[in-house]
Amino acid sequence: MSIPETHSIALKINGSPYHLNLLPWVSLLDTLREELHLTGTKKGCDHGQCGACTVLIDGKRVLSCLTLSVMKDGAEITTIEGIAGEEELHPLQKAFIEHDAFQCGYCTPGQICSAVGMLQEGKANTREEVQELMSGNLCRCGASKGIIDAIMQVKQEGRQHE
Amino acid sequence: MNNFSFTKASDIHQAVTAINEDAGNKIVAGGTNINDLLKYFVTHAKKLVDINPIFENHEIIRLDNGGITIGALMTNAETAYHPIIEERYPLLSKAILAGASAQIRNMATNGGNLLQRTRCYYFYDTTTPCNKREPGSGCSAIGGYNRIHAILGQSENCIAVFPSDMCVALAALDAVVHITGPQGERELPFAAFHRLPENTPDIDNNLQHGEIITGIELPQEGFQNYYSYLKIRDRSSYAFALVSVAAGFDIRENTIKQARIALGGLAHKPWRVTEAEDFLKDKEPTPENFAAAADIILQGAKGYEHNTFKIDLAKKAIIRNCAMALHPESQRPGAKPSL
Repeated sequence: MSIPETHSIALKINGSPYHLNLLPWVSLLDTLREELHLTGTKKGCDHGQCGACTVLIDGKRVLSCLTLSVMKDGAEITTIEGIAGEEELHPLQKAFIEHDAFQCGYCTPGQICSAVGMLQEGKANTREEVQELMSGNLCRCGASKGIIDAIMQVKQEGRQHE
Repeated sequence: MNNFSFTKASDIHQAVTAINEDAGNKIVAGGTNINDLLKYFVTHAKKLVDINPIFENHEIIRLDNGGITIGALMTNAETAYHPIIEERYPLLSKAILAGASAQIRNMATNGGNLLQRTRCYYFYDTTTPCNKREPGSGCSAIGGYNRIHAILGQSENCIAVFPSDMCVALAALDAVVHITGPQGERELPFAAFHRLPENTPDIDNNLQHGEIITGIELPQEGFQNYYSYLKIRDRSSYAFALVSVAAGFDIRENTIKQARIALGGLAHKPWRVTEAEDFLKDKEPTPENFAAAADIILQGAKGYEHNTFKIDLAKKAIIRNCAMALHPESQRPGAKPSL
């Protein structure tokens, strides 16, 4: 069987432009980790069940394991490596540290990217709504309470700044 | 994943042509299900045709008859949070938001939601017989672990269930599926879109190879005053339904003028029994009447070793959700039980 041709695509990742030649079946997750060595984005289940691979594409939180890179030509992608400022952590990163919102840390990049997307969506007001809209990110260590506490704190601080 | 080639279609006719070039060519839109199936070698593709660049089918269009058409290429999240859906079809909004996760809803399209495949574990496990994956090989679920499987409409060949939440609401709302194919455009009423397994469980629905869903039409009546979606599952969020119920009522002076009840998680398609809806007409919205309607809906239900509990659970869920529909404001996030 002949090997299908590669496709030339352009991606903007954390503000930097990349030009890549990729086979059709390469996931965005593998592109980030294997091609670009941006290993902050984690491979958990690789089947859309755990949320560890969550990144932002054009501002929306999605699963990079179920995304084919060839379908995202021209897209802007933000990974965990791109959410902090030059000198300072993102408020969610700080809050995760304050609330001890991780144990092993493997789900953390996906949790934080998902929370960034959720706060931008603006659909979660109560703690119950935050829990529901963060349910696509599993934590097997049992840090979920700290995770929700951290997100609630950033939500409340955001409100104070408005 | 097996090796496949890839192309983008920029209009619907280009897409139809590209799919029809080979029986192994497949559509990709959101990719949340097909990419997963490709990774497990449950599905194979010769070529994937990306239909996202098609300019149309990304929005909601108001129709002269008072209804709307929802674009097949809108995402589930865009649809659930659209002001027209939140205001006029809140049952659809709630059902969509009870399904999958926020990330998947940001990716998955409406057309793809109708075409997603069962999550029967034997269908996914390529080392076991499965008539849906490999016709004629047998059904591993009938004598196996069948906790999540069908109690209605199943056959001796397949007891898989259709996993969508969105489609349960679309069934209750009498949606119409708009389709474009090599022979032009056609429409299918929602009840005629998905199929029962019978002797061909490998065929989930009546969309032919080479046809593409372009939109989903909803009639004017959205039951926005009395509606509820209830989803019962093994964990409180991000799990497929063991039983789900969509209910919508038109109630005036404590009398049901029109009732809609559709069930998910119980059959190879969203389950609706119009006889039960007719029974409720001109009756009072009482638990006794809802229980009688539930008995009509569940007539002929048959359980297996691990899922017989679904028969009683479904009855209770119908009664509970019909009561919840009288107080839609009590609905909790994730379509959990309220009241």
